[in-house]
Amino acid sequence: MRLTIPEQEIMQPGHLACQGCGGSLAMRYALKVFGKDAILTLPACCWSVIDGPFPYTAVGVPLFHTAFETAAIMASGIKAGLDIQGKTSTNVIAWAGDGGTFDIGMAALSGSAERNDDILYICYDNEAYMNTGIQRSSATPHGAWTTTTPVKHYKRGRKKNIVEIMVAHRVPYTATASVGYPEDFIKKLKKAKETRGFKFLHVLAPCPTGWKSDPKYTVKLAKLAVQTNVFPIYEVEDGIRYRQTIRVKERKPITEYFKYQGRFKHLKEEEVEFIQKRVDEDYEILLRKLS
Amino acid sequence: MKKTMLGNYAASWGAQLSRVQVISAYPITPQTLIVEKLSEIVADGKLDAKFIKVESEHSAMSGCIGASATGVRAYTATSAQGLALMHEMLHWAALARLPIVMTNVNRAMAPGWSIWADQNDSLSQRDTGWMQIYASSSQDILDSTILAYKVSEKLLLPTFITFDAFFLSHTLEVVDMPPIEDIDKFLPPYNPEYKLDVNDPRSFGALTSEEHYYEFRYKMQKAMEDAIPVIKEAGRGYEKLTGRYYDLIHPYRCEDADLVLVTSGTIAETTNVAVDELRKEGKKVGNLKIRIIRPYPKEDVLRIIQKCKKIAVIDRNISCGYHGIFAQELKSALYNEKEIPVWGYIIGLGGRDVKIEDIKDIADETLKNDTPKDLIWKGVKL
Ligand SMILES: Cc1ncc(C[n+]2csc(CCOP(=O)(O)OP(=O)(O)O)c2C)c(N)n1
Ligand code: SF4
Repeated sequence: MRLTIPEQEIMQPGHLACQGCGGSLAMRYALKVFGKDAILTLPACCWSVIDGPFPYTAVGVPLFHTAFETAAIMASGIKAGLDIQGKTSTNVIAWAGDGGTFDIGMAALSGSAERNDDILYICYDNEAYMNTGIQRSSATPHGAWTTTTPVKHYKRGRKKNIVEIMVAHRVPYTATASVGYPEDFIKKLKKAKETRGFKFLHVLAPCPTGWKSDPKYTVKLAKLAVQTNVFPIYEVEDGIRYRQTIRVKERKPITEYFKYQGRFKHLKEEEVEFIQKRVDEDYEILLRKLS
Repeated sequence: MKKTMLGNYAASWGAQLSRVQVISAYPITPQTLIVEKLSEIVADGKLDAKFIKVESEHSAMSGCIGASATGVRAYTATSAQGLALMHEMLHWAALARLPIVMTNVNRAMAPGWSIWADQNDSLSQRDTGWMQIYASSSQDILDSTILAYKVSEKLLLPTFITFDAFFLSHTLEVVDMPPIEDIDKFLPPYNPEYKLDVNDPRSFGALTSEEHYYEFRYKMQKAMEDAIPVIKEAGRGYEKLTGRYYDLIHPYRCEDADLVLVTSGTIAETTNVAVDELRKEGKKVGNLKIRIIRPYPKEDVLRIIQKCKKIAVIDRNISCGYHGIFAQELKSALYNEKEIPVWGYIIGLGGRDVKIEDIKDIADETLKNDTPKDLIWKGVKL
């Protein structure tokens, strides 16, 4: 099999991510696709630290660090500034965590999407606020432990369906991706690069620190999330054309995914069963849209 | 060219004459007309700019920040609740050293809902690192916008121009519009040394330890100190072009005054009329209009009040739990320097009308009394 992952490395060594950080892997792939003609903006998130302290930087492209809730609009502002100077080829990328996307950054994200600003928004989803020490976000899955949802009071309730929210905006391109499937992720990045208007990529990025997993299992977990249908991989064009880009022939049980993570250890059998049922149901709903 | 226009439109024309390149704004009464006019100007192709119609003021300021970081001239306008919502990003603009210019129409903060004039919105932003201009006429609004870019871009500090809701925003005045060719010479295109540039990749605003942060702040303070001569120099350059000079303070009949009234905004204009009448009555009263509160023009203020016997500060704002903010500023300028008693008056909050007689009353009361008072409410009806 011939690998399609670009060889060029834009991301620099010496960044400050934890071992096995899915978020740093995601950035590395993204920069490989975008190359030097890109400008990044990062709100408060793990990546504000990973990039390195002043005067160092790890991303290798111009970067503007911004406030927690402003990733999308900051990218829109940068894009407007470049456009009026005729620098229209440069890709402007907002790179934010799940907290900055699903929660506090929602209004600005929706604003940029509704205006169809020509930016790419990438959410690396580690399913909690990791930078402030693993607190729950609205991306935290049902059943998970975090420091604000301790085991006696673990997260109850669904993970917010961010993809459907973006799809409802009818933006040109929305897709999910996983660091466990880099070739698929790279294809989507390329597609986003070629698409004008607002693009949204939702990337599952396992976090050994917050998921209480062994750093060596990051890629395994990123794959298992897909193979269990917990995190289906698909894309949606113009908010209507759904297409599954990674098909799971035989889904694995959720226990297979939970096994490598400490954050679900406290769950009793019936709770795991409940989650399994919900995952299957949600996948059924998605299948109907795919056909 | 002379034109009759609302104060708000003077702000729009000021932005147009400054050839702003990115506008990012959200409507709020009484500012709305400013951005409506600008969206018309941009749509008609009279100004080569991008207009981002954002979903909140927090985003309005963020959009300006992003644009400004790429090295273009950015503009927005707001008022009261909108300004307060921007608060976090006001710090961001200033600490990122981005010379954004904004118009703020002074409106009282809610609740209760008030759309009328009062300065608590802008003064609550005093410590964000923005220069603050208190305009008192439509001409002042237009000219200050152009001057603000001139000064901001030299110092890499943002500026807002603020003025009283309705008394100025919705009042027609004759304004002299300088020809754009003159302004183009005065205000050349903005081209900062450091910007988001793919040919020179840099990271802006990264994690900063105590090893550097302290010095960043020191440099901002230095820039604020440098602003005083820069503002004066820009004012003189503008005077050559238009015949109109703007300084940090504008004293009126203060030279021989026993009592100096310290004012700002439209109250300053009312006070000039009151001073003339008081003078006719043989009372030696002057008016010191504070046009810029950040940077604070301490030396200039001290020079003007050095021979007076009493000062009365007239505040259309209140720092609840203490007293008027312009009064606090004035007293802190005097401390260690001069022993002149200061009276502090609060008036006109929430847009209550301030009449010539009110100012004359304040002057008479202060002249009559010998014991200064920090806090005197004018015309409270209980
Ligand atoms: C207005 C504001 N509120 C709170 C914070 C504190 N804060 C910084 S990062 C963060 C969590 C980020 O979580 P997420 O977006 O999921 O990214 P991650 O850290 O997981 O990479 C929080 C709460 C902040 N910087 N600004
Ligand atoms: S806490 Fe998680 S997301 Fe943050 S750097 Fe470490 S591994 Fe990456």
